[in-house]
Amino acid sequence: MSTEISRRDILKNLAIGAAGGSVLQVIPAEAAEYIHQLVRTEKGTAPAAKYAPKYFSAHQYATLTFLCDAIIPKDEHSGGAVEGGAPEFIDLLSSENEKFQLGIGGGIFWLDGYCGDRYGNVFLQCTPQQKSEAMDSIAYRANAVKDPALSQGVAFFALLRNMTCDAFYTSKIGIADLQYIGNTSLREFPGCPPLPQET
Amino acid sequence: MAQVARSPKTYDVCIIGSGAGGGMAAKILTEGGLSVAMLEAGPDVHPDRDFKMLMWPYELPHRGAGVGGHASENFGEFLAPNGAWNISGEPYTSAPGANFQWFRSRIVGGRTNHWGRIALRFSPIDFQSGSRDGLGDDWPISYEDLSPYYDKVEGYIGVFGTKENVSSAPDGVFLPPPKPRCTELMIKKACDKLDIICIPSRLAVLTRSINGRLPCHYCGQCGRGCITGSNFSSSQVLIPPAMETGRLTLVTGAMAREITVGPDGKATGVSYIDKATLTERRISARAVVVAASACESARLLLNSKSATFPNGLANSSGTVGKYLTDSVGSDGWGIVPALERMPPHNHDGTGGMHMYIPWWKFDRQNDFPRGYHIEIGGGRDMPGVGMFRHLCHREEGYGAALKAKARKSYGTTVGFSGRGEMIPNPDTYCEIDPDVVDQWGIPVLRFHFRWSEYELRQARDMQETFRSIIETMGGEYQTKTRIDGPYPFGILEGGKIIHEVGTARMGADPKTSVLNSYCQAHDIKNVFVTDGAPLVTNPDKNPTLTIMALSWRASEHLLDEAKKGNL
Repeated sequence: MSTEISRRDILKNLAIGAAGGSVLQVIPAEAAEYIHQLVRTEKGTAPAAKYAPKYFSAHQYATLTFLCDAIIPKDEHSGGAVEGGAPEFIDLLSSENEKFQLGIGGGIFWLDGYCGDRYGNVFLQCTPQQKSEAMDSIAYRANAVKDPALSQGVAFFALLRNMTCDAFYTSKIGIADLQYIGNTSLREFPGCPPLPQET
Repeated sequence: MAQVARSPKTYDVCIIGSGAGGGMAAKILTEGGLSVAMLEAGPDVHPDRDFKMLMWPYELPHRGAGVGGHASENFGEFLAPNGAWNISGEPYTSAPGANFQWFRSRIVGGRTNHWGRIALRFSPIDFQSGSRDGLGDDWPISYEDLSPYYDKVEGYIGVFGTKENVSSAPDGVFLPPPKPRCTELMIKKACDKLDIICIPSRLAVLTRSINGRLPCHYCGQCGRGCITGSNFSSSQVLIPPAMETGRLTLVTGAMAREITVGPDGKATGVSYIDKATLTERRISARAVVVAASACESARLLLNSKSATFPNGLANSSGTVGKYLTDSVGSDGWGIVPALERMPPHNHDGTGGMHMYIPWWKFDRQNDFPRGYHIEIGGGRDMPGVGMFRHLCHREEGYGAALKAKARKSYGTTVGFSGRGEMIPNPDTYCEIDPDVVDQWGIPVLRFHFRWSEYELRQARDMQETFRSIIETMGGEYQTKTRIDGPYPFGILEGGKIIHEVGTARMGADPKTSVLNSYCQAHDIKNVFVTDGAPLVTNPDKNPTLTIMALSWRASEHLLDEAKKGNL
């Protein structure tokens, strides 16, 4: 379609609404698609610069990054939570909300203390096996029932798991991993495809 | 204030509020030849700039959760702007033991920018339910009085649906409905087995181009606001034609404080705070249409005290602020494993359900009065913040197993929202808080709210119905509710459904009502109320369509009266 119709013209027409004889009455679908292209271009993602943590210390951020990738790792379908921007997302929200500062920031301290008592090292300095052991101990509510001393760690991990999933599954690669199809402009809604066993 | 700036012009009408009721009045009155000043407390809306249509979550740093994640407590960052239960500088209070949540949307178009577009007619019985079951009062008008206006509103704004001949859900003037989604087809199948009526929904979304507006492009994001104006909002569908007449003056950032009254006992205009300059100004008008939203309108009337009207304007009956109701709301959801077999496909559709369950037990004996409808959700929606909370809770752990489970279970949830009729009760109303003012010194509302046994039984019935549908689908119902505590049977706080109405109700008797059958104040003939406040009952149909039909009817009456010189 002609690009001579500017975004301003289209939006002006929309603002006027039922303006008789407007271009929109003639080519509504094309106009809609044109708007969508413009929206896409204008609202496109800004190029990602290297992220500088706003709230967490370098050590905390490194720990957060390790844990995020352990929660949603890279696999044969897609990249992991770090590629999906989880540490940035969690740091940004924590910088703005005390609940997350305590829940995630405090939780990382808790984990380092736990690992210090057990292995004589902060979490990141532990061996891979020790790290897995520590994560396994706080990844399930049942463990805190058996050992109430783990309950703060379990709460921390549950919050971190939620936020990591939030970040990963709202990222481009996470959305693709789920095979969500949509957020686009259609002329007609196709309805439900036949169920596999019915085809 | 040192000086009050008075506008030199006297308008025919001053409308307070630009939402469904105010917008409709502006269109009808300006097209009828009257000059109108419209006061809107919020800013103007710029769809191309303000609406987040077709954005991905990763295009926003907060992914839709908002600063600090706080937007998740409302509807998220993608919602059309300027609506919230809490607004900085504009408090309201709750009486001890009451917990009412008051949603306000300060922007041109108000809540119609984001609303669910569910456009349901009240049924004939809804206007006479009081005399039928002895609870509350009848309306001073019948379905037949309003039906022509429903026709006009539907024809103008565009509503899709189908003729079904269900007595609790009257048919209207409909555009063709969109095809059902997979989840909806499966629910319909289960409903057929359970003898529950499940029919195409009725939404104010254009499936065909009408009145020069673009048809829907099926992105499923009506709540974000629609840049192409393919769904109904006052800002895009009612205000523009009023503007085109050249007779509408829209004043934004104008917080109405008081309706002023002259020595003859008639309204002379409106005092408002101009938010930009923090000065008080006045609009002079020959008539005033109050459409600020039910509770905000009650607040304005109650705050408009004068020697002639010591209890507030139009309040000789003492019923302004009384008869407040919201819809009964209880939600539930389940996991339907059969949905795992669906191939990936576009499930977006219009913003909102394509099928719904109207009240279907109207011919049975129930243990609660009136009824409810059920809204349907779930399936392969765009992933969003918060959507994986239940998965995380159920699966726990981490790593490849969690990721595989997320992939497998995506799109397998089905959700229901029951929306039912609350009976007005004497413990539920709003009044002026004697101690608290907002940032402009305007006294604020204090809410009293109580659900009665009627509403709790209705919520219990909703939960049982949700469970039976999910289980008939071979799914597992996930919602757990208690019979006690703050949310018995999952009933939400008053105000959470954002269907608050009734605070300046219509009636034949000026001793027990605020407005006559044309939404005109009994006490003061040149004041009309055209938002949710006039509604005598709050049936299980979302009120917006009825607000617009009433506003159209009231506006025609106002035009007639103006022509006759009666105002």
